[in-house]
Amino acid sequence: MPTADKHQALDTVGVVDHVVIVGAGQAGGDLAASLRELSYAGRITMVGSEDSYPYSRHPLSKSYLLGGKPRSELLIRPEETYRRFDIEFERGVRVVAIDRDHKHVILDDGRDVGYDVLVLATGGLPRTYPDAALDHASNVFYLRVAEHADALRKHLVPGARLTVVGGGYIGLEVAAVARGLGVEVTLVEREERLLARVTSPVTSAFFAQVHDEEGVVVRTGSSVSSFEVGADRNVTGVVLDDGSTIQTDVCLIGIGLRPNTDLAQAAGLDVSDGVLVDSALRTSDVSIFAIGDVARYPCRDSGDTRRLESIPNCTEQARAVARTLTSVTEPYEAVPWFWSDQYDMKLQVVGLAAPSDVVVVRRDPDRKRSFAVFYLRYNEVCAAEIVSSPRDFAIAKKLVHQRVVVDPDKLADAAAPLRDLLPRAPSSSR
Amino acid sequence: MSGKSKVVFVRGGHRTEVEVLVGTSAMHAATDNLVGGIVGECGGDLSCATCHVFVDPDWFDRLAPAGADERDMLEATSEEPTEFSRLSCQVPCTAETDGIVLHVPESQ
Repeated sequence: MPTADKHQALDTVGVVDHVVIVGAGQAGGDLAASLRELSYAGRITMVGSEDSYPYSRHPLSKSYLLGGKPRSELLIRPEETYRRFDIEFERGVRVVAIDRDHKHVILDDGRDVGYDVLVLATGGLPRTYPDAALDHASNVFYLRVAEHADALRKHLVPGARLTVVGGGYIGLEVAAVARGLGVEVTLVEREERLLARVTSPVTSAFFAQVHDEEGVVVRTGSSVSSFEVGADRNVTGVVLDDGSTIQTDVCLIGIGLRPNTDLAQAAGLDVSDGVLVDSALRTSDVSIFAIGDVARYPCRDSGDTRRLESIPNCTEQARAVARTLTSVTEPYEAVPWFWSDQYDMKLQVVGLAAPSDVVVVRRDPDRKRSFAVFYLRYNEVCAAEIVSSPRDFAIAKKLVHQRVVVDPDKLADAAAPLRDLLPRAPSSSR
Repeated sequence: MSGKSKVVFVRGGHRTEVEVLVGTSAMHAATDNLVGGIVGECGGDLSCATCHVFVDPDWFDRLAPAGADERDMLEATSEEPTEFSRLSCQVPCTAETDGIVLHVPESQ
């Protein structure tokens, strides 16, 4: 375990006495915590534009939106932890520029903060709908920060009509919560199927059916052509490309995230739908790293680059950079995973599928709202989507991590336990 | 010290003692106090199995038994589970567990 009081982070950076983290979300907070876990003894400063210590965003479209959960329960760790471990936090403050030559950042209150290593954990902003009619509407929402969820929830009253634009994780989770609150929900998705970017057609069809059973009007293959606005400038109707209009009291737009690369771009770092980093998560400046939703990193599988928006990605990249800065460098190669809660179901996804993968569906006819989809490449398990079976997910995660070679017929046979496909551990007693 | 409960984490021969409010999960006892080796990626949602611990045998029987979902998840932890394995997000720290010893695995 590294305990050195001078921190030699590779030969290129030199002594690291002060790590400055831009962004105090999941990735930024986890980095500060991981550095202390690894006994980093230098100075750590987090700068966050929100007036809150790092909190979990995933409940914003799930349990927190449903209500009954206080703001304080969103905090990833208590505030006191940061103080006790000497993690400085510039809260409610924005970094407006990076001066790479002098290695300092400039804050919006005019102060300068010097750094030895700078880590960009700036996350992203909701992709907005380019329609001026929305600028003055007070009943149209995006969902990224806790205030958004607080404001949206006030509109989710029984009988209200909600239109959700976007059939990804956020849109579907909000639709599920809204149904639970007695709201009439119509969901509009431009693609021909739900979750088109992230799951197999089998899983998409399953979720379309479940949302239909739960009373959501799902309209795939439809795009919004305009919004109707009332005298109070609020949106009253959503007009689709087939000419039909959905009467609406409140609108939630969940059409993706725009990585927050402005600062990096202005500083002249390499940027392309994310801040470009190497396998050690280092940007084109050796003293600057990027982690979390904003980082675009090399993917060993595809030989291309990728950028992921998930909590495990934030946590694992934070740990990777913390290890690098405490001299335990290893390339970042974690297998991505995601989860989504909708109604009484939990969707868990591990690995990234390629279009050419063979798809194997495993379904127990006795369990209506549970099944699994596996993606095989040369019979190696490389990704899986599991609905409502934590056990199968835990095993699927192992199969994907170890790239286990399986017999597709055995994999499809829900009567045979999935764990029998795992390679035998040498000294397993169970 | 009513209202508080002590947890001892042991990792690679190194002991860390922390004290938390009664009702806190053992996972949060670790993550709130930056005890290494317990990840808790899902935040205690029973989704990830990255908060695996081996409960010291002297303490194991004082805990309420694991639920079905937890037992399922324990079948596929990173480090091979034993009869004393638990997911620490499902272990609340109480007056009865005051002083409990939890061994942290090498990997999650």
